[in-house]
Amino acid sequence: MEQIQVVAFKLGNEEYAIDVMAVQEIIRPTAITRVPRTKDFYSGVINLRGNVVPIVNLAKRFNLEEVELTEKSRIIILNVNDIRVGITVESVTEVININKDDIETPNLTNVIDEKFIAGVAKYQERLLILLNIEEVLELTEVAQDTEEIKG
Amino acid sequence: MDTNEYLGLFLEESRENLQVLNEGLLSLEQDPENEMALNEIFRAAHTLKGMAATMGFEQITELTHKMENVLGKLRDKELEFSRFISDLLFKCVDALENMVEGISTGNQNEFVIDDLVASLKNLEEGQGQAVEETSQYTVKDELNEYENNLILKGQEQNYHTYKVVVEVSPQCVMKAVRAFMVFKNLEELGEIIKSVPAVQDLEDEKFDREFTLYLLTKENENKIRNAVDKISEISLKQLAEVKIQKEANLPKEKKKTVNQVDSWDKTKIKTMQTVRVDITKLDNLMNLVGELVINKTRLEQIMKTGQVTSLGETVEQIERITSDLQNVVMKVRMVPIEQVFNRFPRMVRDFSKELEKEVELVLEGQETELDRTVIDEISDPLVHLIRNSLDHGLEKPEERLAQSKSRVGTLKLIARQEGNSVLIIVEDDGQGINIEKVKTKAVENGMVTIKELEQMSEKEILDFIFAPGFSTAQQVTDISGRGVGLDVVRAKINSLNGNVFLESQPGIGTKFTIKLPLTLAIIQALLVKVEEEVYAIPLANIDETTLIEEDVIKNVQGQEVMVLRGKVLPLIRLSKVLEVPCTGKCGEELYVVVVRKGEEQIGLVVDELIGQQEIVISSLGKLFSNLPGIAGAAILGDGKVSLILDIGTLF
Repeated sequence: MEQIQVVAFKLGNEEYAIDVMAVQEIIRPTAITRVPRTKDFYSGVINLRGNVVPIVNLAKRFNLEEVELTEKSRIIILNVNDIRVGITVESVTEVININKDDIETPNLTNVIDEKFIAGVAKYQERLLILLNIEEVLELTEVAQDTEEIKG
Repeated sequence: MDTNEYLGLFLEESRENLQVLNEGLLSLEQDPENEMALNEIFRAAHTLKGMAATMGFEQITELTHKMENVLGKLRDKELEFSRFISDLLFKCVDALENMVEGISTGNQNEFVIDDLVASLKNLEEGQGQAVEETSQYTVKDELNEYENNLILKGQEQNYHTYKVVVEVSPQCVMKAVRAFMVFKNLEELGEIIKSVPAVQDLEDEKFDREFTLYLLTKENENKIRNAVDKISEISLKQLAEVKIQKEANLPKEKKKTVNQVDSWDKTKIKTMQTVRVDITKLDNLMNLVGELVINKTRLEQIMKTGQVTSLGETVEQIERITSDLQNVVMKVRMVPIEQVFNRFPRMVRDFSKELEKEVELVLEGQETELDRTVIDEISDPLVHLIRNSLDHGLEKPEERLAQSKSRVGTLKLIARQEGNSVLIIVEDDGQGINIEKVKTKAVENGMVTIKELEQMSEKEILDFIFAPGFSTAQQVTDISGRGVGLDVVRAKINSLNGNVFLESQPGIGTKFTIKLPLTLAIIQALLVKVEEEVYAIPLANIDETTLIEEDVIKNVQGQEVMVLRGKVLPLIRLSKVLEVPCTGKCGEELYVVVVRKGEEQIGLVVDELIGQQEIVISSLGKLFSNLPGIAGAAILGDGKVSLILDIGTLF
């Protein structure tokens, strides 16, 4: 049976998952430098071993309540279409294999905007919300913007 | 053999060889006896041929082969070098350039090189000058597949397709109208399936004197001829039937090209910017890295034993190594400006010919080195300034003689290093800028009132030519004068943290000076604190800093200002423009950083000055590209990221 590997993490009262291929690494929160004149769900940039990486506050992106930083908080560094971005999450639970057959198209959640959701996966007794990471990070819009500049 | 991984290399070397060809031909044109140049050209053509053959680019191979034959004859003195031959060879080089660029962009048009090949062949067989090319090489893909199909279908139904090349007489005032009439008359006979340039461009008069139409019709040639001849100021230059063979013999080739296009698309993304590095520089780097590793082990040792005394020594060592490393890496990034200057002799030759002017181009300081990123960006602005000088600055030979100047105009292109900057100067001994014309034009465009003009210095008035949409040229030529230009040049240079200055004296000449920072990657900056945030302001933008007290700040029409040595200085609070979250604590004392944006001075109000530091600019990445006011980020000594302000776009 076809499986995909995902990184599962918690935010608010839900559990989410991202395809492991999009994840570069997971780090502990570090000092974030605010970048003015950006959308408010960007918390700023961090220094990742000498590279400047933008950080998205996922709770803000999903219009959820702000979560406090705790011992368990993590930044997941993603690498999608050669763009490196970090997302802040409440905690990372585990890396799991899920069967593709167990993924359903969503119709039950109204917690976050539907366009962010690629599907809902059943794993044991848990429900994982699979994220459409391009949408979450607005990468489609970025791609379009650069196209226009080229044109 | 999978040749894809060699494609980048092939492209790079081809461009180098083409450059050699261009240069060689230029010097050969000046001195036909120059055997060295001839040999050089010969070698370059030969290498190009070999590489193209290996990579399977047959057209390049064929064309270079034929060129080689002609060059061989020249070398063996069986042919004599002439203007005709040089023009033809230049055309070949242009065609090769187009093909190579076509390969690199993955845009694979089939180029018709038959004319060129035939001309070369004729030359080679000694029929020399008599051969006139039937037409310049053109892109065969003038007709796309859809249009080809139309023609094919037409052929099946007894329709003929004619290629109609029409020329508008030079006296014609309303070209678009004439073009429209041609369309109208021809459309009575059949259907126009294609026009080059496109209809829209014809309507906008965006064509020279000639345009080409493809007409699908049942009528015969005479009718078409009559239809066109009826229109005044229009003459028929060429009328030929277009016949397309059925694709029977094409499929094999087609399939191949499709495959190639696919793979090229991939490589296009992968072709990276490269720098050729002197091997000694790399050795140097290797040594330094070796030393670093040694010191790392020493540090580990110290960690185990806790000998603080040797720690100081090791840290000193590391400090020295890192600054050496930085220097070497910077040097690796430096490229001689020659790479940009190289293209200009050819360009100047072509333009001056087109404009019927005689120009001597003087290049100086080609060995001046600039950062690779600057080199890539500087080319376009320079092209612009050179065109500008050729077109507006330098006069035609007759005019020059009438003013008792030498017949041949001089265009100087000089590069040199001055402290931490590089100066690039474009200077001509032409007619200079007519300041009266600039004044009238500025008033016409509503940029300034006559009254304001009276109070402006000459320099300020000259500055108008950098304004968008400004051109004093009375005639728009192909080369320049469309009023888009100098503003773009200035914007580009400013974006590189540089500046453009202009000096001009009527009758004597014009001089543009571009001042650029030596490198973009590392700059000197002043770190300032705003509330709890640290920002870096490039030192190049700063005039001075001063400590003030809150009550010095006055309000004039809603704008905060202060008086600094008798001059009113507008103030901007960084905390406000950068939307810094307020922590509530408001000090009595404030610092003002006086920065310069073009001619105007502005004071930035900050809470604290931290100090001057060398910072390495990192990009904020694609997500945060083009943020107004932010030039990038820098990682500070404590590992935190600080943002670098871009004064040009901050407010």
